[in-house]
Order: sequence, then C-alpha cells, then structure tokens
Amino acid sequence: MLNLNQRDTGTFLFVIIITVLAPFVMNPFPTESAMAQFNAGYPDLMQRFVIFGIFAIGFNILFGLTGYLSFGHAAFLGVGSYAAVWMFKLLSYNIIPALVLSVIIAGIFSLFIGFLCLRRSGIYFSILTLAFAQMSFAIAYSVLSNPKFNLTNGETGLQVYADDIQLFKVENLTTPHLFGVKMNSTYELTLGAWDFQFNVGYYVSAVVMILMFYVSIRIFRSPFGLMLRAVKTNQTRLNYTGLNTRPYTLAAFVISGMYAGLAGGLLASMDPLAGAERMQWTASGEVVLMTILGGAGTLLGPVLGAGFIKYFENILSKINDNVLHAWFQYLPEWLENSLVWVLHWFTGKGWHLTLGLLFMIIVIFLPGGLMDGANRIREAIRGRKAKKNAKTPAE
Amino acid sequence: MSILEVQNVNKSFGGLKALQNVNLKVEEGTIHAIIGPNGAGKSTLLNCFVGKLVPDTGSVTFDGQSLLQKKPHEINQMGVSRVFQTPEIFTDLTVFENVMIPCFAKRDGSFELNAWKPVTRESDIRERAEQMLIDVNMIDKRDMIASSMSRGDKRRLEMAMCLSQSPKLLLLDEPTAGMARADTESTIELLKEIQARLKITMAIIEHDMGVVFSLAQKISVLAQGTVIAEDLPDAIRSDPRVKEAYLGTAAED
Repeated sequence: MLNLNQRDTGTFLFVIIITVLAPFVMNPFPTESAMAQFNAGYPDLMQRFVIFGIFAIGFNILFGLTGYLSFGHAAFLGVGSYAAVWMFKLLSYNIIPALVLSVIIAGIFSLFIGFLCLRRSGIYFSILTLAFAQMSFAIAYSVLSNPKFNLTNGETGLQVYADDIQLFKVENLTTPHLFGVKMNSTYELTLGAWDFQFNVGYYVSAVVMILMFYVSIRIFRSPFGLMLRAVKTNQTRLNYTGLNTRPYTLAAFVISGMYAGLAGGLLASMDPLAGAERMQWTASGEVVLMTILGGAGTLLGPVLGAGFIKYFENILSKINDNVLHAWFQYLPEWLENSLVWVLHWFTGKGWHLTLGLLFMIIVIFLPGGLMDGANRIREAIRGRKAKKNAKTPAE
Repeated sequence: MSILEVQNVNKSFGGLKALQNVNLKVEEGTIHAIIGPNGAGKSTLLNCFVGKLVPDTGSVTFDGQSLLQKKPHEINQMGVSRVFQTPEIFTDLTVFENVMIPCFAKRDGSFELNAWKPVTRESDIRERAEQMLIDVNMIDKRDMIASSMSRGDKRRLEMAMCLSQSPKLLLLDEPTAGMARADTESTIELLKEIQARLKITMAIIEHDMGVVFSLAQKISVLAQGTVIAEDLPDAIRSDPRVKEAYLGTAAED
C-alpha cells in the first residue's frame, strides 16, 4: 500500500490508528477516579505528543541515519515558531501561511548552519551545532530585541497584539485557525464516567505528523536513505566509491531542520507565542533524549520517545506534596511523612530525577531504546510459539 | 597505450623523502605489480593515485587527465576503483546493499537527492547488483550483514563493489594481506578470472612474492622511494638490484 512494504504499512497503520484514537487511548481512567491524574487525554498534552513527535522524526533522519549528533536542533524549532508568529502578526491567524513560512525559514537557517558545521564530524560537529544554537538563543533573547528593531520581543516572547497589521484580519477570529476552524475549539464527549476531548488543534497536528511520518518512511527506504546509512557506517568507502558525502549529510541536516521548523510552527499555531527559551540547549538535548530513548534509526522509536518524555514531564510534575499526602493518608503519620519525603524528590519539581533514572535504565538494559524492548518481547513470544509448535507432533 | 602515467613524483613528510623522482607507466589491459620492502613508499604512491595525498612535485595522469588536486570521489567517478589493505565495506549493511551503493554511484554520479522512490523499485540497480554477486559467487550471502562475514568474504565483497562500477583501473593494496592460504589462492583465481573476462587494468601493491609472480605481467620495484627496476616478471626475478633491495647488500661486498 502507498508504495510501502508490508511491515512498513503495518507500522504506518499502527501510527494512524493510535493518533486518531488518542483521545480514547490516552484517557483510560474515569474522570472522578483517583487515577484520573494519570490520564493524558487532554488537548494540551496530546498536541505536545504529536508536535514533538514531528520534531523527533525529523531529528532521527539526521541522527538515526547518518549518526551526526546535532545538539542544536532546538534553534530551528525556535526559528519556526518566530516565523509563524510573525505571519500571524502580519497576515492573519490562519495557520497555513504560518506553517509554510516556518518551514522555509528553518530550511534556510539550517542550510547555513549545516554548511558550516558539517565541515567537521563526530564530537566537533556536535559542539559546533551546540555553539550555533546557543548563539541563536542569545541573539533572539537580547540582540534582536531593542526598541529600534524588535524581531523577537526578547524576554516577553513574541506575541500578537491588537494593534498589529494583520492584513487579512477576520473579525471574531482572534486565535489561530484553519480557514475559520479554531485550533482551540474542543468537543467533549461524556460516556458514563469518562470525559473524552476532541480538539481541532490536536487533529490538525496529528494529520501533519502522519504525513511527516509517511515522508520519513519513504526517505528511510529510498536510495538517499541507503546512502545516509552508508555515511554512518563507512565514509572512507563512500568517498572511494565516487560519492560525495558532504551534500548527503547537508541534505539530511536541512530536511531535519525543516521538520523542526514545522514543529515550531505548529507549537506557535496551538498557542500563538514564541519565546527564546524554546531555542535553548536543554530543548536541543530533549530531542536527543527522545530519539535515543525511543530507538535511534528506527521508524517508530522517536515518536514513542517523544510521547514517553512528554508524558512523564507533564504527569510527574503535577504530583506535588499535597497529592502525595492524599495518596498515603490512610498510613500511620510517621510512615506517611517519610514516604512523602522520599517521593518528594522524584515528583513535582523533581520529575527530572525520575526521567533521568528511567533514561539510565533504558539505555543500560535496552541500548536500542524502547523499540529494542518491543522487538525483544516480540521475539520472546515468537520463540515460545516456535517451541510450542515444535512440541506438537507432526501429523 | 598507458592508462596511468606517473612522472617525476616527489613527496616528503617533514625530513623524510618518501618518494623521489618516481616514474611509472601502467599499460592498459595489464596487471602491473608494484613491489618493494617495507617503507619503500608503495602505499604513499598509491595514495597519490587516489587523491588522498598530493605529490609535492611531478604529475600523475590517468586517461590523459591530471589527478592532482582531485578529490577521492572525483577520481573514482573518472574510473579508478580502490581495494584497501583491510577491506573497507559498509559493515552495518547487508551484502546486497553494499553492492547496490557503487551501482548507484555509477548511475547517478557523486550526489543525487533520490529520496522518494523505494530502493525496491530500482530494478536496474538490483539486477546489476545481483548479477555481480552471482559473478563473485556470493549470491547465497545476499542478505547477510557484512560485518558477520569472514575476512576472505569481506575482501571478495569489496572486490565485487569495485567491479560493479566497471572501473577502467583497479588499484589493489595488498589484496591478500593477512589471508589464509586458501583465501589467498581463491583471491588470485578471482583476480585472474576478472582480468581474463573483463580486461580491467590493475595495479597491485603486494608483499607476497607468490601472488606477484603468479599474477603480474609487469613489475616495478620500489626501494627507498625510487623505482629501481621496471620489467617483466622473469627479468625481475633475476635482477641483482632487486635481490639487494630485499636481502640487503650482496654477499660479495
């Protein structure tokens, strides 16, 4: 189907089904139950799942295939966000021109940075990208934000004001929309004890992610993808086989930069605000974690990794001391207090600690990330089946 | 007609003169061996052919075009393929993918943004790669990951990758170094067969005299950075200068 082999078609259908049914899948607990705080089926978080999924899919085209570890991809995400908000300010709240411009600007930006950074490989490449991203952050934070020339609005972040030009302004549409359908409109469905939320912004982002996932499968399976994998394995042989590695790596860099720009544009379309902190090195590091956690070089891994990290970030940070006390109130007070004291470090503001531990466990025991784990489970099941088949005597 | 011509090439690294006034001609359609003791400058010379090193002075021309200031991938696109001392292959990829890559390089040039069409639909490339694997007797290993093969098979695969580009000149850097006797013999057979069938010009750098004398139609002897003899194998075998270079000063001195 769609020029994909059987296995890729399966993966693709899996992604489509999960994203379309996400409002149900992510919301397994009844609204009033104690477990409801583990639900992830609210628009804000689901949007993050798919948008950071796009970011990680693109990053994986560079890192997963060529092995070039960029530590500056958040710069392209930030540039995409700024471009999108400027489109809102100048044209209208329609997200189409915003997304188009964010991809174009991020593409130009990554062409420039990639051209300079790809002169080196390995750790030097990583450091160069990190340096460029931090420079972009500093420029966006202060240099391009002064009374004479205010491109980024510095610390406050770029946003749309009532007196902005908005050439094609439509009355009553004061938030991002797609030809009149507002991104923040949500339809709520109550089924028994459950509340399910269907948000326009989520579904728009989900469609974009599905398309981008398809594009990434095609790139992975193309001759270009084969060359990128060859770059990772042996550049010497590639050079002596008559292939110029530089344009290949640059193309991969620009493609992944454009993915990041698209993700940035979508972030701004969900919430029309762009701040410089989106470009900071922690944000670049996050996409590296997502890709490695899910499984670098696999198709599905980065999407899973993005979901995994965003889920724990949002859910764990919501569990503060009050919630913990409520959980353990039936215990004797000394035990309750000591348990809360211990868990306090891992939840609420301490969620980074839990994420760090999970990351360590996964990298140590599953070097190939979550996809590695999934494959091992699949093989174990298949092995057991094979054993069972072997035991049944032949007819 | 000579396909590769080296004239007055000098190359030094710091104070060490690795090559001094080297002259060499490789005739089209022959197997030309370059031999010499350790440190004679054989590998330096080879690296000057492929664009890894640039000679300080002198000229290297291939097929009438200068190879100086050209990058390795440009030289390869002109028709020069190289087999390394330790096989350089794409170890993470399958044998079949390994052979497809040079086929793409031959068809599409040094860069092509072919990012949409699945590899499985590139039937001309697949046929060519498959035929190549049949030719070198590796079709049964088609879907193996290259890193899991024996060294002899890796060498064979590297050879197949080079040959799939139908090069005008094949450079071999000690193709049998570190090989078991049986692998060495099968490599010699393979090279002879290729030479007989495809008439590819080959330049071989080799230590193993057995390999050299059973393959080469012409031999150049390199010692201390200069060519001390260039002749037919039989003449080289009895040349006193060659003996001296290999065994040290002659006994009667």
